[in-house]
Amino acid sequence: MKSEGQVRIPSGCAIAAVISKEGNKMSGEMITNAMKPMHDRSNGLGGGFAGYGIYPDYKDLYALHMFFDERATRKNCEAFLKERFEIVKSEIIPTRKIPSVTDEPIIWRYFVSPLKSVLAALQLDEKEFMVRTVTKINTEMKGAYVFSSGKNMGTFKAVGFPEDVGVFYRLEEYEGYSWTAHGRYPTNTPGWWGGAHPFTLLDYSVVHNGEISSYDSNRRFIEMFGYKCTLQTDTEVITYIMDYLLRVQKLTLGETASVIAAPFWSTIGTKKDEEDKKKHIFLRTVFSNLLITGPFSIVLGFNGGIMALNDRLKLRSMVVGEKNDKIFVASEEAAIRTMEPDAENIWAPAGGEPVIIHVKKGAY
Amino acid sequence: MKLIYVNEEWCLACHLCEYNCAFANSGVRDMVTALKGKPIFPRIHIEGDEKISFAVSCRHCTDPICVKSCIAGAISKSDGVVRIDREKCVGCLTCVLVCPFGALSPGEDGIMQKCELCIQNSFDEPACVKGCPNKAIVYEEREGNK
Amino acid sequence: MGVEFIYPEFEVIRNENRCIACRVCERQCANEVHFFNTEHSVMVSDESKCVNCQRCVSLCPTRALKIVKSDCTLRENSNWENDTIKEIYKQANSGGVLLSSMGNPRPMPVYWDKILINASQVTNPPLDPPREPMETRVFLGRKPEKIERDETDKLKCEIPPQIELSMPVMFSAMSYGSISYNAHASLARAATEIGILYNTGEGGLHEDFYRYGKNTVVQVASGRFGVYKDYLEAGAAIEIKMGQGAKPGIGGHLPGAKIIGDVSKTRMIPEGSDAISPAPHHDIYSIEDLRQLVFSLKEATEYKKPIMVKVAAVHNIAAIASGIARSGADIIAIDGFRGGTGAAPTRIRDNVGIPIELALAAVDQRLRDEGIRNNISLVIGGSVRSSADVVKAIALGADACYIATAALLALGCHLCRTCQSGKCNWGIATQNPELVKRLNPDIGSKRLVNLMNAWRHEIKEFMGGMGINSIEALRGNRLMLRGIGMTEKELEILGISHAGE
Repeated sequence: MKSEGQVRIPSGCAIAAVISKEGNKMSGEMITNAMKPMHDRSNGLGGGFAGYGIYPDYKDLYALHMFFDERATRKNCEAFLKERFEIVKSEIIPTRKIPSVTDEPIIWRYFVSPLKSVLAALQLDEKEFMVRTVTKINTEMKGAYVFSSGKNMGTFKAVGFPEDVGVFYRLEEYEGYSWTAHGRYPTNTPGWWGGAHPFTLLDYSVVHNGEISSYDSNRRFIEMFGYKCTLQTDTEVITYIMDYLLRVQKLTLGETASVIAAPFWSTIGTKKDEEDKKKHIFLRTVFSNLLITGPFSIVLGFNGGIMALNDRLKLRSMVVGEKNDKIFVASEEAAIRTMEPDAENIWAPAGGEPVIIHVKKGAY
Repeated sequence: MKLIYVNEEWCLACHLCEYNCAFANSGVRDMVTALKGKPIFPRIHIEGDEKISFAVSCRHCTDPICVKSCIAGAISKSDGVVRIDREKCVGCLTCVLVCPFGALSPGEDGIMQKCELCIQNSFDEPACVKGCPNKAIVYEEREGNK
Repeated sequence: MGVEFIYPEFEVIRNENRCIACRVCERQCANEVHFFNTEHSVMVSDESKCVNCQRCVSLCPTRALKIVKSDCTLRENSNWENDTIKEIYKQANSGGVLLSSMGNPRPMPVYWDKILINASQVTNPPLDPPREPMETRVFLGRKPEKIERDETDKLKCEIPPQIELSMPVMFSAMSYGSISYNAHASLARAATEIGILYNTGEGGLHEDFYRYGKNTVVQVASGRFGVYKDYLEAGAAIEIKMGQGAKPGIGGHLPGAKIIGDVSKTRMIPEGSDAISPAPHHDIYSIEDLRQLVFSLKEATEYKKPIMVKVAAVHNIAAIASGIARSGADIIAIDGFRGGTGAAPTRIRDNVGIPIELALAAVDQRLRDEGIRNNISLVIGGSVRSSADVVKAIALGADACYIATAALLALGCHLCRTCQSGKCNWGIATQNPELVKRLNPDIGSKRLVNLMNAWRHEIKEFMGGMGINSIEALRGNRLMLRGIGMTEKELEILGISHAGE
């Protein structure tokens, strides 16, 4: 059977997220527990989390989380990293042995800073350099895989049920101001850790539930700009689209949502605000290949915030709730109630209507 | 009301209307039995020359002169349609003389006949209109015809 | 006769039991096949003149007529087929180049028919077009590579000129001269009603049709017929015709006999003079020359209109397309080897060029590999026969399709492939007023609108099945396609997997 990346594997899923607008820290235990009532939305073939604000001591360094198939691969890769980065710290990511998570690869993390001389030689800005380096490792270095590459954030994922993955990675020991989570129901059994979600690039992480019908259209377009969709998953291509629109094209979150879950032409046609109308026509015309169709509910995590978004027909479930400084997002209300039994104002955002939450300035 | 109009711009002089008319008014189920090997007596006629052609049939005039001139009182107008009562017609041809369009002619049996918009036969649209391959004959409402 | 004799290709079968001798066939045949024998009061026919256009068959009120292929055959020979031998006889008789019309009829692979389309089951939902909005609108033209903002951080929404289409189909170039005034009127009116574009071809734009300008592509071909300022400004886009799928590398020739009246006026050449389009544009001998013409036309129209460049699908089409994409052109149109024509040398039509499916796949991939696919829109033609072909073309990577033969069929064409005779009984490929009037644009435009509406419905059904509710999410979505009965190489070029994979 072909493994992940050689073939496209559709999957159903569960997602959840929590963020404190005040930047208050929460341990990873809460988000781990949130996945429990959504157990049936996963099938044990992938679970993962992204935490933001979890590495305050190294917040100016890129945290590379990596899987290796064997020691030699790690050694080779470290040699490669040393040519490009100053490695401030390298260590095994602490895990706990539990029966429900097995066959783990070698899991390491590196806190790195790109060498100025290399950046100057390549005439690249730091982020673009990071993107290219990660792409290079993931496409060219067999057995090595970067699954997290942002600053002051980290992704933790494995083959298993998400609530077990949280225990495996000892998430209760991390403190973050926002967390996202994912449980996967792939329709195949690749059993590869890199295939679990969230998928990340720099500090962008995406958890996604659904199967997009525009996949190959999106993929073939975004690959023009240096991205390589090696996993052939929706989440991967959505992450690249986010990176391209937000970082490269410098669109706002709202504008990005208007590209990937664009309003229908009929809706744009009836807009009264001429400027708004012009903007939407512009975005749909210029970025028409980045429209995402088919069912999706996603939470995009980034430094200082999250954005939750449904496809424009709202073909997947996603609810939002709040309590005090916290905002909760999940595939099911039960997950929100697990995190906060007294959550208020629970609502289902309309299709294509982004829910954008920023942590207040200076609090992260 | 709907009447038959002719667009000479699109008339191809194919004469299909004449055959369709003759068939429609024959009362026979198939065209071959109705028309094969017989002279036809259509109520619509193609006029014209090589340059221009058009189909002519009864205009159902607002003030039909044929009605006034019929010596037997066989022609009447009701519901906008000028009709001939076959029982009353004596075949005197006065109507042929007075009609400015040449829209009336004797049938096979000498009784006068004219276009009655296929109201009496089974076609819901006049046969000439239905069969015209180029929409040169149309059946429609036009201003001035209530 | 003797050695020159070639037995007629068709037989006219008249069912004497049905024929009522109404003589409609006689009046409608411009080839004078049918006539009435007054002595015996029967219809007779001279089948040597029959081109099998089916006009008499269609108009016979008693269905007394049919045209069949003659069964008078030469001795069977798989190498020397009947047609091959007869063509030799024809050339031995005439000493001339064989001429044909419409697209390549030879049994070459039709890749559209070896491609299957996907549908959603379980893992994501199909959508109901009557219930959910299904968008088929497309914009053709260059898209900016980078967005810009003004000093207040607002998006600058100006983009290069675009063509807006309500569905990803346009009527391809057919000149006034090669087809009739009424055929053009039908195309122009239909395009306007549907919200798409038709194309003038290289014969200029009749003054009556300037009012359809918003839905017109005006063509600039190597003969430059009818090209002047008002013409360039009349259309929504300008197309530079470098080549045509039916006859790549070959110019055009409309005989002086057809250059009469309005055709002469519209082409801006004297009555009776042959309209000869050279094989090349004599101001374009290389790609940098093309760039100059592209920008000359942009200058002439103040950068308000997208410039299209149409080329025939030839062997190194991907490299050619890449060059065109960098020439400043906004849209590239590629015409495959099965594309139609009013007249082409038979040998050229049947042997030069490559299938559009392969050309499209190669070009789309090449432009993506070079990262310039969004700089130019891709329109393909050359035998797009149905909504299924359109869906497959879009999924392979086209922005829109050009159709011409399908449009002519809607107008009544029966593909008898004798356009070059000028005696089209359906009033399409003729300038004879008696014949031209047979095509009533009221009927013609309605039938074109019907055809496009039908295709649009079907495209939406396909999209709904795939769970796609906007045509742009189908563009280049090759995962929605699978091949059947193809070699590894063919699949590789098309960039699709085999069914079952």
